[in-house]
Amino acid sequence: MKEFGKYVMFLGSLFVRRETFATYYKLTLEECIQIGVKSASLVALVSFFMGAVTTVQTAYNMVSPLIPRFVISQVVREMTLLELAPTIIAVIYAGKVGSSMAGGLGTMRITEQIDALEVMGINSTSYLVLPKIVASVLMYPLLVILAGVCGLVGGYLVGTLTGAVTPTEFVYGLRYNYNPYVITFALTKSIVFAFLISSISSFKGYYTQGGALEVGISSTAAVTTSVIAVLLSDYFLAQLLL
Amino acid sequence: MIKINHISKSFGDKVILNNISGEFEKGKTNLIIGSSGTGKSVLLKCIVGLLQPDEGNVFFDFRNFTEADKEMKSEVRREIGMLFQGGALFDSKNVEQNVMFPLDILTKMPLNEKLDRVNFCLQRVGLENVNKKMPSEISGGMKKRVGIARAIVNNPNYLFCDEPNSGLDPQTSIVIDDLIQEITHEFNITTVVVTHDMNSVMGIGENILFLYKGKKLWEGTKDNIMNSGMKEFDDFVFTNKAMRNLRERAV
Repeated sequence: MKEFGKYVMFLGSLFVRRETFATYYKLTLEECIQIGVKSASLVALVSFFMGAVTTVQTAYNMVSPLIPRFVISQVVREMTLLELAPTIIAVIYAGKVGSSMAGGLGTMRITEQIDALEVMGINSTSYLVLPKIVASVLMYPLLVILAGVCGLVGGYLVGTLTGAVTPTEFVYGLRYNYNPYVITFALTKSIVFAFLISSISSFKGYYTQGGALEVGISSTAAVTTSVIAVLLSDYFLAQLLL
Repeated sequence: MIKINHISKSFGDKVILNNISGEFEKGKTNLIIGSSGTGKSVLLKCIVGLLQPDEGNVFFDFRNFTEADKEMKSEVRREIGMLFQGGALFDSKNVEQNVMFPLDILTKMPLNEKLDRVNFCLQRVGLENVNKKMPSEISGGMKKRVGIARAIVNNPNYLFCDEPNSGLDPQTSIVIDDLIQEITHEFNITTVVVTHDMNSVMGIGENILFLYKGKKLWEGTKDNIMNSGMKEFDDFVFTNKAMRNLRERAV
């Protein structure tokens, strides 16, 4: 509870003694490139194969002749958009971006770079962390959209190339009984996950004490805590919004 | 001038600073000395506001910094330059960007003026043609110089240096010490240096405050260091063989 209270106070400190808008604009753009653009290829690759594997496994398990083949792509669509794209990519995002945030801030802490900012009269939490959270909340939903598209493309290519489903059946299945609310739900989840991962990772990194070993410990703690928070919030959001 | 009044600081049950008072004069290099773990860096952090003292006040030219509101603290901090033990240069910025950083954040100077000021400060600390180098590409001594350039770029009234010689060879240490003293006199800054290096003490110690187990035991200048008449102080000062020889010659 003490740690949670410290986290809430940390979030509160993001909004006091802020710098100019121009400063945040520049920093946020830099973070968007660092967080979003540089993660795009990994997200695309992982989601492509997730879609491909989901298609193959769904086809393998659908042995009944009574079930039409287009159901395969319907299942792939629902799984990819509802869970694989926002949640599994969140785990990967926590591993790549979250650990990098915690490691970067932790190193800044132990090398007195954060103290240097404070001595200059700069609110270091606001200056260093706010752009990371804003960039994360802006970029992660885009990564989720990319993951959704790549997952479905992966499923389509593997499904059609292996002969598990015809192109027409796959596209029909994608469009069959489609509920656009799935997208709203996935994007809502992605915003919550992005906030949790970036804020928890920054919090863990910011309060690092000690040396290089502790920076490693902070990075690990950032990933594990973020992933637990993501999975818990995933459950509550599903209960709340579906 | 900086004045500290009855500063005390504890972490849990451990008392780090116990009722320390003193004055750091303008235009002089004021040294806080003592063995490792005596609270020198904690005192420095209390003075610059990185730590809040449990008791006591810090005055920057009669402005009570400890009890100041956020605006006044921010105003005073804009007059502070600080050199950290490891330099504390921002890894993601090159030398020029590091030195320019306080100007970017604290002023609305046009870019060409900022560049002129950065180049002046880098030249002043003896660095040329390193503007585009990253901190990882320069030596420890150069990092300290860049740290000094960053500390003075915004024309500070107060300069703080936390163990400026740590990790440097004796020759570079003397260069850094001399640079700090020259800058102090040239720009009439109130400089406070935390050190346990006796070469620094004898070289630039114009006003010395000796800490022992969290208490101020002695205050003076390098000229009256030989006859403090205090065992704890003598134990610290004359651990160095060169200092013992110096005392013997004086006797």
